[in-house]
Amino acid sequence: MKTKTEIGYDSRIEGDVICTRLDAALNWFRKNSLWPMPMGLACCAIELMGTGASRYDISRFGAEVMRFSPRQSDVMIVAGTVTYKMALVVKRIYDQMAEPKYVIAMGACASTGGMYRSYSVLQGIDHLLPVDVYVAGCPPRPEALLDALMRLQRKVAKEPVIATLKKVA
Amino acid sequence: MAETRDIQFRDVAGQAAEAAQALAPANDAGEVELQGEKMVLNMGPSHPATHGVLRIVLELDGEIITKAVPEVGYLHRGDEKIAENMTYTQFIPYTDRLDYLAPLANNVAYALAVEKLLGIDKELTPRCRFIRVICVELARISSHLLGVGCYAMDVGAMTVFLHTFTEREKIHNLCESLSGARFTTSYTRIGGLSRDMPPGWMEACRQFLKEVVVNIDETETLLTRNRIFVDRTQGVGVISREDAIDYGLSGPNLRGSGVEHDLRKAQPYLVYDQLDFEVPVGSTGDSYDRYLVRIEEMRQSVRIVHQCLDKMPGGPINVADGKVVLPPKDRVLTRMEELIHHFLNVTQGINVPPGQIYFGHENPKGELGFYINSRGGGTPYRLKIRSPSFVNLSILQRLLPGHMMSDTVAILGSFDFVMGECDR
Amino acid sequence: MRAQQLAQQLKARFGDLLSEPAEFRGELTMQVVDPEKIADICRMAKEELKFDYLVDITSIDNYGEDPRFSVVYHLYGYEHRAYLRLQLSVSEETCQVPTVTTVWKTADWHEREIYDMMGIRFAGHPDLRRILMWEGYPHHPLRKDFPVTGKSTSVPGIAFTEAAPLAGGPFITVAGGKDAMAREPRGRLPETDSTESKGPSQQPLSTGH
Ligand code: SF4
Repeated sequence: MKTKTEIGYDSRIEGDVICTRLDAALNWFRKNSLWPMPMGLACCAIELMGTGASRYDISRFGAEVMRFSPRQSDVMIVAGTVTYKMALVVKRIYDQMAEPKYVIAMGACASTGGMYRSYSVLQGIDHLLPVDVYVAGCPPRPEALLDALMRLQRKVAKEPVIATLKKVA
Repeated sequence: MAETRDIQFRDVAGQAAEAAQALAPANDAGEVELQGEKMVLNMGPSHPATHGVLRIVLELDGEIITKAVPEVGYLHRGDEKIAENMTYTQFIPYTDRLDYLAPLANNVAYALAVEKLLGIDKELTPRCRFIRVICVELARISSHLLGVGCYAMDVGAMTVFLHTFTEREKIHNLCESLSGARFTTSYTRIGGLSRDMPPGWMEACRQFLKEVVVNIDETETLLTRNRIFVDRTQGVGVISREDAIDYGLSGPNLRGSGVEHDLRKAQPYLVYDQLDFEVPVGSTGDSYDRYLVRIEEMRQSVRIVHQCLDKMPGGPINVADGKVVLPPKDRVLTRMEELIHHFLNVTQGINVPPGQIYFGHENPKGELGFYINSRGGGTPYRLKIRSPSFVNLSILQRLLPGHMMSDTVAILGSFDFVMGECDR
Repeated sequence: MRAQQLAQQLKARFGDLLSEPAEFRGELTMQVVDPEKIADICRMAKEELKFDYLVDITSIDNYGEDPRFSVVYHLYGYEHRAYLRLQLSVSEETCQVPTVTTVWKTADWHEREIYDMMGIRFAGHPDLRRILMWEGYPHHPLRKDFPVTGKSTSVPGIAFTEAAPLAGGPFITVAGGKDAMAREPRGRLPETDSTESKGPSQQPLSTGH
């Protein structure tokens, strides 16, 4: 019998009661409904759409609710080349997102500037935003993006929510 | 977690002032404003209906658009400058990322342009020509599928998007077995192709064609007589024949306005003169017509691919000239001459004669042209990409005023543009 | 050949203003001697010779030559299906060409793009603003003395002003380099090998203030 599970159903207690830590419960809620803010900037956005569409079906991971409103989203997926002209817009949208917020840098361009080492391209969105997961590829396959999402879920699951809340308050 | 930088933003008021300035010529000083205040609305660059990073500053009087100023350049990546610093072959991957909905077509367009400059466009092997036509038409189907799917989603029908994407995934699979990548294919080479079709590919392609016609029919069932769709698109965004020509539109957007111009017919390249297909044109030039043209073009593409598969000749896929195409590896490793060719090809690039050419290619979005100015040697002196989306979008400032705000989405969707290619 | 006839008609009309059509790979190029007349020539080509479709306008920087810039017009007619290329030269001092937006509306964005990328102004253009780069950007990127990595700028209000870090990459070739060694691609700053212009200092984007 595994003892390390954070969420457990104790059949001895009557009714539908689950015993867990509040942290774990909150994180569980959060990680399974990470609503993305699809920052589709270039070619990678097509793979992002592919991930959301019929075959790869991102809704298996609770992230199919693409929100173009930053206020309603949890994770910004920066998919594509960030140019200098666009960079401030991306930053601004990120700033408008509500905490807790995460960033996935999808593709070589968003991570490092990729093959566009030129006068107009920001060499990696991490100059601007704190990136949680980088996805390699040009473009990354949908599987790679899903993998990134799962990694992010693992990261979210480990967050000390209550402690952070206390610190902020 | 990476370190971040603080950035000084121009304040909101400043940006609003800037937007107002962009619209300034609209209000002459003495004009009496009887209509009340006009509102400036900023749409994009991050907006679901702008298919990427287009920004339009709209001036509204109530719900009617009185002025529209499209702003592009949010995806300007400097492709033309990069091209000047690369050999011709090195630039092929960048062409994938122009119109990233139809990379195969861009690859073919670019290769044909360089071949024209080299003067070897007549020497391409028959097999190469047929495979290239298949590539272009598959790309067209794929691009239009996405175009129609997204258009439907923009005007409120999510199902169509999921439906067409199913077929697109099949095209991605075909591309993957053909070139090794799902959609950044880089499949062509100057003078040929990177590899031949894998065994069984033709059958897979036939199977796909059988399935896609069903899908196109179903898509039509969902949309063509759908009351909501028709109401939102018919009579909206009407482009007259004269305007379409004056603004230099191309592709389905031009043909939707009734101009029968298709470079595959007008300037036949590859083997289009041996193939039997029709060019659909619209009659009124509204958004609905553009949609119908796309649907019909997909059917015609299916026809073309069928014919190509039936006629597919055997033989080599590359021209025999070792100065242009990399020689086969086993010969490179055993023979001196091929070794030298290989070495020069890889280090200096193909030696292209001085001169200038323009080659226009009928891409899914319109006329994708490459103007290459060469001064000899391995790199272009100047490479200009004439991108259809860029030109097509320039009509927005004329088209949008007079429409309702909500029509913007219906019009933008019907243009089916790609910012990667528009901004380059 | 149809294009040849049309070119001759144009030549007959404008005489010395146009050079003899030169043919290369089946395409005709005519040099326009006096840039000031380009709009007139275009109007005649459009209205009388049915070149109703302006395919493209582009520009070339012939760095180190005089006149420095060329502007290239590609014309096409739907009826006769012929292409024609008109080319004119402008010097760095004038840097100004009359607009052809009066002839074709589509010239609008093409000319804005040339102004943005090459810095050539178009007299009479209704709305000559930058189109691809942002307003206030001080350079014209497609000029040959502008390196692909960009130059540092110090325009207040715009956050990104350093050159892009090249990090040793990409392999850059010098167009038309004098010998095989010069043409061979390698990681280096562009232009510095072919011209004297000083390259940018290759400092990486600094993180943090
Ligand atoms: S990483 Fe590649 S596919 Fe993605 S945006 Fe950049 S160039 Fe396009």
